[in-house]
Amino acid sequence: MKNDIILSGVGGQGILSIAAVIGLAAVENNLCFKQSEVHGMSQRGGDVQSHFRLSDKPVWSDLIPLGEADLIISAEPMESLRYLPWLSKKGWLVTNSNPFVNIPDYPPVEGILDGIRKIKNNIIVDADKMAKESGSARSGNIVVLGAASHFINMPFISLENAVRKLFGKKGDEVVNVNLKALNAGRDYTNTIIRG
Amino acid sequence: MTRQLLLGDEAIAQAAIDAGLSGMYAYPGTPSTEIMEYIQSSGIASERKIHREWSSNEKTAMEAALGMSYAGKRSMVAMKHVGLNVAADPFINAAITGVNGGMVVVSADDPSMHSSQNEQDSRFYAGFAFIPCFEPSNQQEAYDMVFDAFELSEKYNIPVMIRITTRLAHSRSGIILADYQVPEKKLKLPGDPVQFVLLPALARKKYRKLLKIYESVKYDTRISRYNLFRDGRKREMGIIASGLAYNYLMENLDGKDYNYPVLKISAYPYPVDLIKEISSRCREILVIEEGYPFIEEGLRGILDEGNKILGRLDGTLPRDGELNPSHVAKALGLHVGHGQKVPDIVKQRPPSFCKGCGHADMFNALIEAIAPYGPGHVFSDIGCYTLGALPPYNAINSCVDMGASVTMAIGAADAGLFPSVAVVGDSTFTHSGMTGLLDAVIKDSRVTIIISDNSTTGMTGGQRSQATGRLEQICLGIGVDPVHLRIIIPLRKNHEENIHIIKEELEYKGVSVIISARECIQTASRKKKAKSKIRNRAEGELGEAIRNYEE
Repeated sequence: MKNDIILSGVGGQGILSIAAVIGLAAVENNLCFKQSEVHGMSQRGGDVQSHFRLSDKPVWSDLIPLGEADLIISAEPMESLRYLPWLSKKGWLVTNSNPFVNIPDYPPVEGILDGIRKIKNNIIVDADKMAKESGSARSGNIVVLGAASHFINMPFISLENAVRKLFGKKGDEVVNVNLKALNAGRDYTNTIIRG
Repeated sequence: MTRQLLLGDEAIAQAAIDAGLSGMYAYPGTPSTEIMEYIQSSGIASERKIHREWSSNEKTAMEAALGMSYAGKRSMVAMKHVGLNVAADPFINAAITGVNGGMVVVSADDPSMHSSQNEQDSRFYAGFAFIPCFEPSNQQEAYDMVFDAFELSEKYNIPVMIRITTRLAHSRSGIILADYQVPEKKLKLPGDPVQFVLLPALARKKYRKLLKIYESVKYDTRISRYNLFRDGRKREMGIIASGLAYNYLMENLDGKDYNYPVLKISAYPYPVDLIKEISSRCREILVIEEGYPFIEEGLRGILDEGNKILGRLDGTLPRDGELNPSHVAKALGLHVGHGQKVPDIVKQRPPSFCKGCGHADMFNALIEAIAPYGPGHVFSDIGCYTLGALPPYNAINSCVDMGASVTMAIGAADAGLFPSVAVVGDSTFTHSGMTGLLDAVIKDSRVTIIISDNSTTGMTGGQRSQATGRLEQICLGIGVDPVHLRIIIPLRKNHEENIHIIKEELEYKGVSVIISARECIQTASRKKKAKSKIRNRAEGELGEAIRNYEE
C-alpha cells in the first residue's frame, strides 16, 4: 500500500495541522511515513505545501516523484492547481472553494474553479461555510481533510481518533467542533461520489 | 524500543541530549532553528540544566561551544549554511586547536534557496578545515550520527561536522531512539595548558598534527558504517550517491532488478579506496549528490581522464538547485512521470508582510520621506523586513548578509551618496550591525540607520532577540548623539509624524539612528494565546492582535 498526498495552501491556513492528523492516524495504524514541510520565509503568507508519503513499507524519498501523487488536499483553490504536475492520472484533487486573496493579481475565482473541474477526479467543498456551521470558522482545514478522507488508505475512525488526540489539549469543545467539521466534509464527498 | 516522530532537526537535537550534551549554542536560521528550539522545550534538557540559550550570532555561538569543549564537556553548535561564514574564523581554528570535550558543528544547507541568499555546500568548509563530516541520508541516520560524531570528536580531539539540507531538516519520520543515555562529562581542563594557544610557533606544530590526524580520520571514514559499497552485476555504470541523494536513488531502484554497483557516501573525507574500487569495475560513474558537485569535482580532477563521469557537471543532473526523485529517474534513464501542467491562471504567491506588521508601517513612512531624493538610497539585509524589496513597497536596494545594511550605507556615504540609509532589524543589529555602527560613529558618516525593532527574531518564527529592551542603551553606548537617536512607533495613526521625523534625520549630515519600535504581530498574538496555554507554530491566530493595532 502506498498513499502519496500533497497538502497545499497559504502560510497560516493549517496545512501542518492536517499533516499532524494524518500522521497521528498513521501511527495508530502502524504505517510508515515521511512528511516534508515548509518552514521559514514562505510561512509569511506565501504558498506552502507538504509532501505526505504513507506506506506499509519504509519510505525512501521525502519528496513525491512527479506524476505519482494519489491525492491533493488543498485549503485554497488556486493553490490546489499549483501541484498538478505531481498528481497522477488516477489521483483525486480535493479543495476548499474559498480563495485566500493576498496578492493584487489574484485571478477570477470562476476561472480557478473551472480549471479544477477539468481534473477528472475533483471535489470542491465550501469548507469555510461548513466550518462555520460546525462551530468554528477556523476548522476549514479539517473539513477539507474530511472531504478527502475517502481517498486516504486508513479507517476513518483513525482520523477521528487523531483529531481527538491533536485537539485534546484545547478542550472538549474544540475537539467536538473539529470532529463535526471532519464528518461534515466526509458526508459532503459521500453525496458526490455515491450520487 | 522507543519510536518517535521527529523532524531531521529534532532527531539531531534528541540525539545530542541522549549523547550527553552539556551545552547547545545557536543563532536562529532556517533550516537549522528547530534544533535549538527542541532542546529548549525538552524536559530532560531542563532537568539536566543543559545550557540552551540563543547566542548573538553564529560566531559567538561557535566560540562558546569551543569554550564548553575546553572545559571538558560535550557541546553542539548549529547554524544555517551562511551562518558558517560568520563563524568561519573559530570553525577553521578550532580544528587546529583541537577540542577537549566532544564538539559537533551542525550546518544546515539550503539548496534551491528556499529561505536563503545562496546555496553554498558546507562539505567544502569541512574539507577546507580538515574537519570530518557526516551527511545523513535520513532522519534515523541523523540521530545515530550524533553519537558517532561525538565519539569521533573525542577520539581525535577535533570538531566534527554534521551537514544536513532543508529537506531532511524539515521532514518528519519515525526514529528509533537509543535505549541508553550517555552521562554528561565532568568539568576537566585540557591536559596541555597551551592546547588552545595559537601563537604562530605553536600553531605551526598543531597544524602539522592536524594534517596527520586527518590522514587517520580517512581510515575511520573508509570503514564507517555510513559509507556502504554494494556490488552489482552490471559493468556499464556504477553509482555514487551521497547523503539525501541516496534516498532518491533508492526510491527509483528499490524493488527493481537493477544490479548497478552502488557506493553510498555519508562520511567524509570521502573513502578514496571505495571510490577506486567501484571505478575499477564500471565504465561510467554516475555521481548523485545534494548540493554542489563536491565528490564529482574530486573525481574529475584537472585532467579528467579515466572513467566517464556523469553528474551535475555534464548536465546529467541539474547544475544547481535541490534534487528530487524525478531528476534521479531521468539520470538513470528511467521513465519520468509527470502530471498535468500548472494552468496559466495560477499566479505567483510570494511571502508578504503579515497583516498589521510594524515593518510595513515603517516602510510606508520611509517611502514618502525619501521620495524627494529619488530611488536607490536604502540598504538593508536579512530578516522579515527584506520583504520591503517586493511590490508594492520596492523600498530597499540591497540584501547581502547580516548587518551589511549599516556598513554598505557607510561605504556609499563615503562615496558621496546622500542620504544613505540602512534598514536593519533589531536581532540582525545585535548579530552584526553594532560594529558597523561604531565605524559610522567614529568616522561621523552621513548615514541614517533605521532599526526596525519588532522585539523578536521574526522570520525564523519568533525567537528571543538579544536586542530587546537594550537598543537605546547600545546606540548611546556606541556613541550616537542622543539628539539624533529618535524613537518612532510605526502605526498608521502616527504616519505623518513618523514621516516628519525620518525627513529631519535624513537631512542631518552625521550619524542618526531611528528606532522604529513595535512588537511583531505574530509574537504579540502568541503571547495572548500563551495565557490559555495553547501554542501552535503552524497557525497564527491573529485576529485579535490585529484588531488591537488597527485603529
